[in-house]
Amino acid sequence: MGGGMLILLMLLPFAGSVLVALFRSNARNVEAWFAGAVAVAGLILAILLYPSVADGGVVRSEIQWLPAYGLNFTLRMDGFAWMFAMLVTGIGLLVVVYARYYMSSEDYSVPRFFSFFLAFMGAMLGIVLSGNLILLVVFWELTGIFSFLLIGYWYQNASARDGARMALTVTGIGGLGLLVGVLLLGHIVGSYDLDKVLASGNIIRLHPLYLPAMLLILLGALTKSAQFPFHFWLPNAMSAPTPVSAYLHSATMVKAGVFLLARFWPVFAGTEEWFWVVGVAGLSSLVLGAFFALFQQDMKGLLAYSTISHLGLITVLLSLGSPLAAVAAIFHMMNHATFKASLFMAAGVIDHETGTRDMRRLSGLFRYMPFTATLAMVASAAMAGVPLLNGFISKEMFFAETVETHLKSTLDTVTPYLAVVAGLLSVAYSLRFIHSVFFGPPPRDLPREPHEPPQWMRFPIEFLVLACLVVGIVPGLTVGPYLHAAVVGVLGPETPPYSLAVWHGFTVPLLMSAVALAGGVLLYFMLRNYLATSQEGPPYIRHIAGNRIFERILVTLSWRWARLAEAFLGTRRLQPQLRLLVLIALIAGSLPLYRAGAAAGILPTIPVDPVFAFIWLLGAICAVGAAVRAKFHRLSALILLGGAGLVTCITFAWLSAPDLALTQLLVEIVTTVLILLGLRWLPKRRDDPDPMSVGTRARIRRYRDLALAVAGGVGMSFLAYMMMTRPATRTLGDYFLRYAYTEGGGRNVVNVILVDFRGFDTFGEIAVLGVVSLSAFALLRRFRPAADNVEQPHQQKIQDAYDEARPDRQTGDTLSDYLSVPSVIMHWLFPVIIVLAVHLFLRGHDLPGGGFAAGVALAIAFILQYLAAGTRWVEDRLRILPLRWIGVGLLSAALTGMGSWLFGYPFLTSHSQYADLPLIGKIPLASALLFDLGVFLLVVGATVLVLIALAHQSIRSHRTDRFVATLPKEDA
Amino acid sequence: MELVLSLAIGIMTASGIWLLLRPRTFQVIIGLSLISYAVNLFIFSMGRLRMNATPVLTSAGVGEPALYDDPLPQALVLTAIVIGFAMTALFLVVLLASRGLTGTDHVDGRERR
Repeated sequence: MGGGMLILLMLLPFAGSVLVALFRSNARNVEAWFAGAVAVAGLILAILLYPSVADGGVVRSEIQWLPAYGLNFTLRMDGFAWMFAMLVTGIGLLVVVYARYYMSSEDYSVPRFFSFFLAFMGAMLGIVLSGNLILLVVFWELTGIFSFLLIGYWYQNASARDGARMALTVTGIGGLGLLVGVLLLGHIVGSYDLDKVLASGNIIRLHPLYLPAMLLILLGALTKSAQFPFHFWLPNAMSAPTPVSAYLHSATMVKAGVFLLARFWPVFAGTEEWFWVVGVAGLSSLVLGAFFALFQQDMKGLLAYSTISHLGLITVLLSLGSPLAAVAAIFHMMNHATFKASLFMAAGVIDHETGTRDMRRLSGLFRYMPFTATLAMVASAAMAGVPLLNGFISKEMFFAETVETHLKSTLDTVTPYLAVVAGLLSVAYSLRFIHSVFFGPPPRDLPREPHEPPQWMRFPIEFLVLACLVVGIVPGLTVGPYLHAAVVGVLGPETPPYSLAVWHGFTVPLLMSAVALAGGVLLYFMLRNYLATSQEGPPYIRHIAGNRIFERILVTLSWRWARLAEAFLGTRRLQPQLRLLVLIALIAGSLPLYRAGAAAGILPTIPVDPVFAFIWLLGAICAVGAAVRAKFHRLSALILLGGAGLVTCITFAWLSAPDLALTQLLVEIVTTVLILLGLRWLPKRRDDPDPMSVGTRARIRRYRDLALAVAGGVGMSFLAYMMMTRPATRTLGDYFLRYAYTEGGGRNVVNVILVDFRGFDTFGEIAVLGVVSLSAFALLRRFRPAADNVEQPHQQKIQDAYDEARPDRQTGDTLSDYLSVPSVIMHWLFPVIIVLAVHLFLRGHDLPGGGFAAGVALAIAFILQYLAAGTRWVEDRLRILPLRWIGVGLLSAALTGMGSWLFGYPFLTSHSQYADLPLIGKIPLASALLFDLGVFLLVVGATVLVLIALAHQSIRSHRTDRFVATLPKEDA
Repeated sequence: MELVLSLAIGIMTASGIWLLLRPRTFQVIIGLSLISYAVNLFIFSMGRLRMNATPVLTSAGVGEPALYDDPLPQALVLTAIVIGFAMTALFLVVLLASRGLTGTDHVDGRERR
């Protein structure tokens, strides 16, 4: 029950995302309603799940995915994950409402926005609900990708593109680190299951791989949460639409990092390494973030740096290793999400209604939008940690924890002081956020006349601010039980007693708060005049911005070094690459031979048959001849190649491989026809020039290539001979021989292997064949012959001129005269070859033949008709639709394979039986025959498609011919 | 026989490699075809040479392996022949398209400077 709800909660946003993407482009309302409905449904599901997790319970749902690798689709919800699921869906809902008003009604890509938004929501839910570490990383990367798409939503804008790219690069690098870290963790524990990992804290902390695993996982968490020194991407991500910032950069994406820290807190925390690494990163972010925030002029920039600082606070708390600090951290995650989301939305409202976010230009807005101003003031006060607001309580807990000394070190000693400094700075920037925008003289020359936003745009802010207030005044009554559930989810039995009271009496933390408040106010009023006119960023160090360094590194790595590497190590020319490839193959082949001390084997050789030797003498002459003549005499090279192919074919027949001989022969014919058709489009080559006329460099190159070729040939000969004279180890082949008949129902073992034992490979192979023929077809549709091939060939011109010169002849008569006898034979052979193809196909399971051979044979039947009478003649009489042959073939093979599912067997299990037919007698009827039929159809289709596409080029060229003739002279 | 076949494989490979390293696309396509013959024969010879044997079972029932040729290399080579054909076809079409686009039949799509 609970598990099913978890899966539903997980799937809803993704399904919604796909649906929203299909909406009409200007249906802003419908999309917002739909996205809102998805968020509400998610929220309701989360609320319904609360009773199961309230008292430390865990809801699990596990679907087997790749169990052999320990990779299952495990969803798991405890109190902590529940709290985050509530934040993700709840704040998601509010942001959807807000975005409905924020996004312009003239923006025609709003479906894209809501689609990415929901997908991001799903990915974020995935992170918090994953019960398997690898699954968690998958969702982690998904949030990175969707945040990239959301930050870059206004892709027309260069800063949006840059910000999106930077966020993706930085968090992506972190994500890679996380993946490796998680793999190490899985290696240490022996399982990727989160429950198992969380239960193995001691094993992990004592393992030698603890430090690398921890550092890598921290790399993921700290980059995601924009912690120092990876903080710089967050301010740059502020070019995102404000709803995105309110969602991603307050409540969700950046919280994923601290979520992970808290999630792994029970297994990693408590060691000195953890304290130092996490503590230093957190403290630097806390103080530097607050310091930078004070000097920002962009309202969203201030909020971004403040987010870095507050996340730093949470990180520091998690570094301490004390359970009470972890409680404070979890509490502050909630509080920060509420007040920061509302502040982002308020900044968006001001931007939306005035047209600027620059605090130097804004002032005195209180008189125009008093309601929004009040809301923003309350939220800022919560951010500053003013009493009676939620930020105050968690900040008090933070101060209290820093005063406690957990480990004796300088870091511990300075922490409380730095905490006060950061608190003081946060008071100052919160005050600035309010004072410079809402107070002072009325603003001058704003892009728009400011006024209150629509009521429903304000509603999300109102709701969140109310939450800040209520939680701040009566924390125990409102969030108490939920916080407790979350804390128990992380700490389990270690949960310490804590109280959420507002008033703890006059204590050191209260004193620290008072100092921070008073000091912050004082600091702001001292800096006020400077800030009113200063540049963006803090004085002096504004120039060493992290993003500049990042850009510099990126340019160096991906452009300068890449170009250097290409210049020194690469070439765009094919020949050196191939030469290198051959050389490497040679070395890789001969090195092991040299080491093992190669010698011929002991197997007695078969005495040489002189006929066989003579045939191969011819074969060798053909091969060498083809090599020599391929440059200047293409036709004879092609014929010689065919000779070599025939000798190969005879060899197969000689050495007991009738199937191979048959297929080789048929394929040989088709290949030759194919290349013949292509010859017409190659450039004319002058006759063989004097071989002495080439330059010395060219000659050296040829000798080098010849040496490589000879070395390769000798190596292959040697290797082949050594293998052939060694006894064979046959295991797999014997298995196939034994069971071909009893299990595959066929006597032709090769065919049974192809269509039954290894049917899946054959399926892949025919798919490749289909893809290749489609690619060839597509390429040829766009084919334009080179200028010197556009004209009719020389011979055809002579023939046509002869025909045209005589009144009793028509153009093309000479050609048909030449072919009149062969074409009659070819026409008559058509049915014969079809019968042969069917015969080959039907006997394939028991005797040499089969789908491949039959398919190629039928293709030859078709192509002969083309050769005999020309493309037009054939196509007037015969409609071959090769694309359908391919489609039907592939489908029939796949359906045959799937048919075995109906009987509860795995894909492509075949069934064989013999059927009695009247007159013909007993014939084998294996289901593999149907599969082979698919192979047959596809081979016919693919072969014919390529051949016809090539043959058609000659008709097309005449069209081009005419086209060229109509052009003005200088263009032609 | 083994020696003859080994030499044949070597000669075809050498001719193929030589052509593979030539600058004209037609030479490369012929070279690839020669190399695929050689490689097919090589894979086939891994089952050891045997004359007058057959992978077609002569009787129904469980086959006796010692009587027959090794069918596995044959099945592999059969696949290789078909895929080799597909490769030749695709290469030929790419060759023609490149020739049409660039006006040259040099493998780099432009003549050597």
